[in-house]
Amino acid sequence: MTTVAPEAGRSPTPERPRRPGRRPLTLRRRESRAGLALVAPTLLVVLAVIGIPIVWTVVLAFQRVRLATLRKTGLFGELTLDNVDRVLHTPGFADTLWTTVVYSVGGTAGSIVVGLVAALAVRGPFRGRTLVRASMLLPYVAPVVAMTFVWQVMLDPQLGIVNDWGRRFLGWDAPVAFLSQESTALWTVIAFEAWRYFPFAFLFLLARLQAVPAELEEAARVDGATPTQRFRHILLPQLMPVIALLGVLRFIMTFNKFDDVYLLTGGSAGTEVVSVRVYQFLTARTDIGAAAAQAVVLAVVLLVFVAIYLRFFGAKREA
Amino acid sequence: MDRDRIETVSLRWLRRLVIAGFLLVTLLPFWYMLVLSVRPIERLLLDPGSLWVPFGELTVATYAEVLKSVESGGQGFLTFIRNSGLVALAATVLTLVVAIPGAYAVSRLRFFGRRQVSALFLAVYLFPSIVIAIPLFVVFSRAGLRGSLFGLVLVYISQTLPVSVYMLKNYFETIPVSLEESAAIDGAGRLGIIRRVSLPLAAPSVMAVALYDFMIAWNEFLFALLFLVDRPDRWTVSLGLSLLADGVEVPKTVLMAGSVILTLPIVVLFFAGERLLTEGLTSGAEKG
Repeated sequence: MTTVAPEAGRSPTPERPRRPGRRPLTLRRRESRAGLALVAPTLLVVLAVIGIPIVWTVVLAFQRVRLATLRKTGLFGELTLDNVDRVLHTPGFADTLWTTVVYSVGGTAGSIVVGLVAALAVRGPFRGRTLVRASMLLPYVAPVVAMTFVWQVMLDPQLGIVNDWGRRFLGWDAPVAFLSQESTALWTVIAFEAWRYFPFAFLFLLARLQAVPAELEEAARVDGATPTQRFRHILLPQLMPVIALLGVLRFIMTFNKFDDVYLLTGGSAGTEVVSVRVYQFLTARTDIGAAAAQAVVLAVVLLVFVAIYLRFFGAKREA
Repeated sequence: MDRDRIETVSLRWLRRLVIAGFLLVTLLPFWYMLVLSVRPIERLLLDPGSLWVPFGELTVATYAEVLKSVESGGQGFLTFIRNSGLVALAATVLTLVVAIPGAYAVSRLRFFGRRQVSALFLAVYLFPSIVIAIPLFVVFSRAGLRGSLFGLVLVYISQTLPVSVYMLKNYFETIPVSLEESAAIDGAGRLGIIRRVSLPLAAPSVMAVALYDFMIAWNEFLFALLFLVDRPDRWTVSLGLSLLADGVEVPKTVLMAGSVILTLPIVVLFFAGERLLTEGLTSGAEKG
C-alpha cells in the first residue's frame, strides 16, 4: 500500500527475487490506468469547482476589481499589490484576525472539552444509551439557520426564555442582550460553536474510548488507582492523539466558519471573523479585490494548519 | 470510606447528573422551537418563559402562514421545500456517481500520484468555502448562472465530494482484497468487480455517505445566499428562512414554524440512519 506506483515500463518489483515476466508488469500498468480513469471524473470536478476558483481568487487578490468594473477587467489584468497593502493597513483587519483566533481557539477548546465530558459520561452501558447518544448528535446535524434562530430567540432580551428564567430564578436585574453587546457577544458565539460542534469531538473520543483495552484499566484498578487517577494516567494518554487530531481539525474548521457567526450576529458587537468580513467586502462594498486579498490571507493561515495536519496525521493514515 | 469508594460513588452520581444536563442542553432548543411554533404570538409575549403549551392555546396558523404560497398571503415555503429537496437530491446523486469510482481508485488501485490525490481531497475538504465563493460569485454573475439551481448543485458537489471520497475510501479499504481477486479470476472486469463485489459490500457506507451529502446540501446557507438572493422563486428553505427574519416584521412564532420545517426532514433522516452515520463519521478515528 505504501509503495508509490513506479513509472510505467520499468520493472515495478526490484525487491522480489524472482524476475517478473511480462504479465505482472502489464497488470500493474493496467491497474494504474484503471486507477487514473476512475479517479479522473472526481479530479476534474475538484479542479473545475475548487481548484480553478482558488487560483482565481489569488489572481483577483492582486487586481483592482470591483463589481461595477468587472466587465472591463480581463482575467490577467494589471496586477498590483494594492489590495494586500490596503487590507493590511485597514484599521479593522488586525482586530478581525484576532477575533477569528479567539473564536477559533475558544470554539475548538470548548467543543473538545464538552465532547470529552459527554464521551466519558455515556461510556459505560445504561438503559437508553443509544437514544441519549443520538440526541447528543442533534446539534451537529441540524441545519445551521434553524439552530442560530432558536438561539437568537432563546437569548432575546424581551421574549427569550433565558432572560425570563434568569430574572425569575437567578435574580438578574436587567435582561442581558447576549448577542448585541460587546462584552458578551463573542463569548455567546463561542458557546454556540462549542454547543453545535461538541458532537463531532464526542463521536471521535467515544470511538477511541471504546477501543481502550479493558485489561489496562483493570490492572490499574488492582494496583489501587482511583477513578480519577485511572482517567489521568490511563485514559487521557490513550486519548491524547485523538485530542490532538481534533484540535487541528476543529481549529481549521472553526477558522473557516462563516454561517454560524454571520447568522448569529452578522459580525457586529466585536464578533467579526475573517470570513464574515470577506463576505461584507464582496457583497456590501462590492470590492472584489479586497475581499479576495483577505480570503488569501485566510487561506494562507489555513494552509499552514492543513500542512501540519497532513504531516502529523495524514501520513499515519496512509501507512 | 477510602478515596476510591468516595470517588466511585460520587462519580456515579455525577455521571447521571451530567447525562441529564446534556440531554437538557441538546434537546431543549429543539423542544423550545417546537413549542414556540404552535403558540400564538400574543401568548408568547405575555409568558415567554413557558415550556408548555396549554391545550387551548395550540395553533397551527403559523405553519399555515409559512407554507401558504406568496399569492395567498403566506411565505411560500412549499416552493422552498421543493427547491431544497431537488438541489439536495441532485447533489447527492451526482456526488455519488463521481465519488464512488474515485474513492475506489484511491483505496485500491496503485496509480501514479495516488497519495497526492488522496492528500488533495483532504486539503480541499478543509479549505474555506468563502475563498471559493469569491470567483464563483464573479463567474456566475458574468455567465448569468446566478439564480440557477443547477449552478447551486454544482457548487454543492464541491462541498460534498471531498468528504464523500474520504469516507468511502476508508470503507473500501476494509473490504478484503481477496474477494475482489476471486471475482477477477472468475473473469470479471474492473467495473464488474466494483459493481458486483465492492459496491454491494459497501452499501451501508454508501447509504451513510448519501445521507451525509443530503444533509450538507439541505443545510447549506452561504452559497444559496450568494447565488439565489435575487430570485425568490428559487430560494432554498435555509435561505428563505434567513431572509424571512431580515424582512418585514414577521412574528417569532412564524419563524419558529419555518425552523421546524427546515429541521424536521434532517432529524427524521438522522434517526433513520443514525447507526450508519455515526459509524461512517468515525471510521478511521481509531487510527488517528
